Amino acid sequence: MAQMSSSGQAPPRETSPAPASGSLPPVPAAASGGRFSINLRQSGIYIAFALIIVLFSVVTDGELLKPQNISNIIVQNSYILILAIGMILIIIAGHIDLSVGSVVALTGAIAAVLMVNMHVAWPLAIIITLVSGALIGAWQGYWVAYFGIPAFIVTLGGLLIFRALTLTVLGNQGIGPFPDEVRTLANGFTSSYLGNIGLGPLGGADLLTLLVGLAAVASIIGTQWRTRQGRIGYRQQVDALPLFILKIVAAVAVVMAVIVQLARFKNLPWVLVLLAVLVLAYTLLTNRAVFGRHIYAIGGNLNAASLSGIKVKSVTFWIFVNMGVLAALAGVIFAGRLNQAGPTAGTSFELDAIAAAFIGGAAVQGGVGKVIGAITGGLIMAVINNGMSLIGAPSERVLLIKGLVLLAAVAFDVWTKRRAGAST
Amino acid sequence: MTDHILQMRGITKTFPGVKALQDVNLTVRKGEIHAICGENGAGKSTLMKVLSGVYPHGSYEGEIYFDGELSQFSDIRQSEKLGIVIIHQELALSPHLSIAENIFLGNERAKRGLIDWNRTNAEAMELLERVGLHENPVTRAMDLGVGKQQLVEIAKALSKRVRLLILDEPTAALNDEDSAHLLNLLRGLRDEGITSVIISHKLNEIRAIADSTTILRDGRTIETLDMKNDAVTEDRIISGMVGRDLDNRYPPHEPTIGEEVLRIEDWTVHSPSQRGRVVVSGANLTLRRGEIVGLAGLMGAGRTELAMSVFGRSYGTDISGRVYKNGQEIQLRTVGEAIQHGLAYATEDRKRYGLNLIEDIKRNISAAALGKLAKRGWVDDNEEFRVASDYRTEMNIKAPSVLSVTGKLSGGNQQKVVLSKWIFTDADVLILDEPTRGIDVGAKYEIYAIINKLADQGKAVLVISSELPELLGICDRIYALSAGRVTGEVSRADATPERLMQFMTKEKE
Repeated sequence: MAQMSSSGQAPPRETSPAPASGSLPPVPAAASGGRFSINLRQSGIYIAFALIIVLFSVVTDGELLKPQNISNIIVQNSYILILAIGMILIIIAGHIDLSVGSVVALTGAIAAVLMVNMHVAWPLAIIITLVSGALIGAWQGYWVAYFGIPAFIVTLGGLLIFRALTLTVLGNQGIGPFPDEVRTLANGFTSSYLGNIGLGPLGGADLLTLLVGLAAVASIIGTQWRTRQGRIGYRQQVDALPLFILKIVAAVAVVMAVIVQLARFKNLPWVLVLLAVLVLAYTLLTNRAVFGRHIYAIGGNLNAASLSGIKVKSVTFWIFVNMGVLAALAGVIFAGRLNQAGPTAGTSFELDAIAAAFIGGAAVQGGVGKVIGAITGGLIMAVINNGMSLIGAPSERVLLIKGLVLLAAVAFDVWTKRRAGAST
Repeated sequence: MTDHILQMRGITKTFPGVKALQDVNLTVRKGEIHAICGENGAGKSTLMKVLSGVYPHGSYEGEIYFDGELSQFSDIRQSEKLGIVIIHQELALSPHLSIAENIFLGNERAKRGLIDWNRTNAEAMELLERVGLHENPVTRAMDLGVGKQQLVEIAKALSKRVRLLILDEPTAALNDEDSAHLLNLLRGLRDEGITSVIISHKLNEIRAIADSTTILRDGRTIETLDMKNDAVTEDRIISGMVGRDLDNRYPPHEPTIGEEVLRIEDWTVHSPSQRGRVVVSGANLTLRRGEIVGLAGLMGAGRTELAMSVFGRSYGTDISGRVYKNGQEIQLRTVGEAIQHGLAYATEDRKRYGLNLIEDIKRNISAAALGKLAKRGWVDDNEEFRVASDYRTEMNIKAPSVLSVTGKLSGGNQQKVVLSKWIFTDADVLILDEPTRGIDVGAKYEIYAIINKLADQGKAVLVISSELPELLGICDRIYALSAGRVTGEVSRADATPERLMQFMTKEKE
């Protein structure tokens, strides 16, 4: 038996230490398998989107991709997409917001009372409405972040409370009509400042819209190229050049196809301009901003985040404020589109926004999700809605299909995750 | 028929990267109280989980004979059917259910699917009588103190016609009076013919109650002592628990110790869950530049609680005391403030508190100091990649790239990511809580080398560890904690395992 006398002394010299021999480096095969499944997980949603578009183009005899229909899909779903942007941040942080439908109704009602009943100038009225949205978000954010009540409960309460306030404000009747400027923002198109040009067999198209499209394409190519060069400069792995070009060409083709169709119809819908700005801004926020990173950190591991000095409560509070503002924006647009703020406005919008986020690859446990994914998820539902109504499917079947798509998307996510876990 | 109720032969249990048990043998005689002791991580709990079928047959090597028959349990129900009942350290009562409901949980007194409440409560009464608990069986479990909950657990075991009762650290959370009652109860059960296996750190208890004691160390059986033999003293048990060579497992290190960096004075912390319970009591600690200081203590001594309460009040309520950094008193009200003052705390539980497992290495390393990589709130992705890649090389993190997900790394590599994260915050006081827990021997050596390097850079390092040899192998000075008090401080030259163990097991004076 070893005696204590030897224990306090320095280790014997002749036995050399054995550094690192025990720990096995990750097996390359497993790692590449993991990368493949991650890719599948990330790109699966876009592949599914493309397939759904092809499917409905075929069954509607190309009706789906006609200029007016594309414009309709965007305008009719803009408010859901705006809600989905706010919702994805909340879901990434591991929470949920069930109240956004009621908030849409309440903020729409506030905007209507201000503009129609009180004749407040429309820009000021919109600002006041957005501030009310922020206050609503702050109210809910306070209970979730600082008081520690699960968001599910707080926003379930909110769903009832804000619907009640809507009814109180409106006195159980619709208020309208809205000023023309607000209706244009919600429902209208950019003016044809530069006139039309001919596109041969495609007929006439708005020049400004085409130029905006070209500018967008140029900036996509430019930023992607700069990002790639930057990464190469830091010796990071990048896609091979042919693959990179292929991806860019695909993106450019989709953007230009949509733009050309819109230009042939009635120019750019204002809500599309607004959405583009929001998507860009929130993509930047989630990818690049410290604040955005903190949202992912909180959703990924709340304990680790707070032990890393991240101000968990403050971040949680502000994403609810943000949700409130976006819901108010959606509220103004929805009311403007209908030209009336109604007591039942926004009913079950929260479910569409949540479904969009989950179809778009967000994880139920939090920590995972992308703005562009939520937008794609929202568009998938929009195309299903639109395509099925084009072929005259009854609404119960539309609901059925949407439900199954949601289930399939999340099942796919769980399945890929389990497979990735099994490969280690 | 033998007079052995249990024989475990050649039990070997391997976890990925770690051999938890190696050729362990345990023989328990019928009707005795058999103690198992060993340091934290010696394999005691793992052995009991093998025995009770938590780790099913086939997931370990070796054989278990219960009552002379080969037993191959595939789950805990099968072992319970034979009368083997394990009572875990964390009590498993359902807080909102009554005592009687808890006793017969999963084993309900029912007739055609409907619970017979009269029978349930009457039988519960009888069982409570046997364990000496005078409570109404309809009282909710949450309204009982820990000691009484323990008795309910034993009553529950009795309801299952227990023959071999296993208790994991039964008195760790009990006061003296409750402990004494529990030990008396075990003696009484022994007279009724029930065999007990008790895992305990409290050597005086083992001395008082056990008929024989098996000592485990590093997943191996060291010896079984007959406690009726008078030669078995507490020191004898301690030497069995800690007696091993300090061979080449620690890299050599010559410290250059500078001035004081951090001083903690009169630090007292109360439990956030149990009202009024003092977890850390009047602790005083000093850390100096370039010094590696150890914090030793048994389970429940308050080591992690002390560290976390200092680190931005991450644990505890009603915290009092003072912290001085470079001689100046500082306030550490939030984790953010602690990080700003140059403190870092690497948690004992990497997976739950240390890492975002679904995120890549890069983002984990930057998580605590994202501001350093950002201008006006915008993160420089490429710079982040470069920083993380540098750490990957420097710390020898074995992963294909810094874009690999941390959840897939081995324990050692995960720990290196955690250390990188804290080094990147420019901390000059690093508190490392169990830095080598669940890490294999080779990677441990690397972690020790990193700790030495940090000290050489002039940082103060506080290492919390349950492994005494580890503390003796790498620390320049060691504090011992027992029941929330600093009970001793020894320099490297004076430190022996026995001395530390004496401080660590010191009761209130």
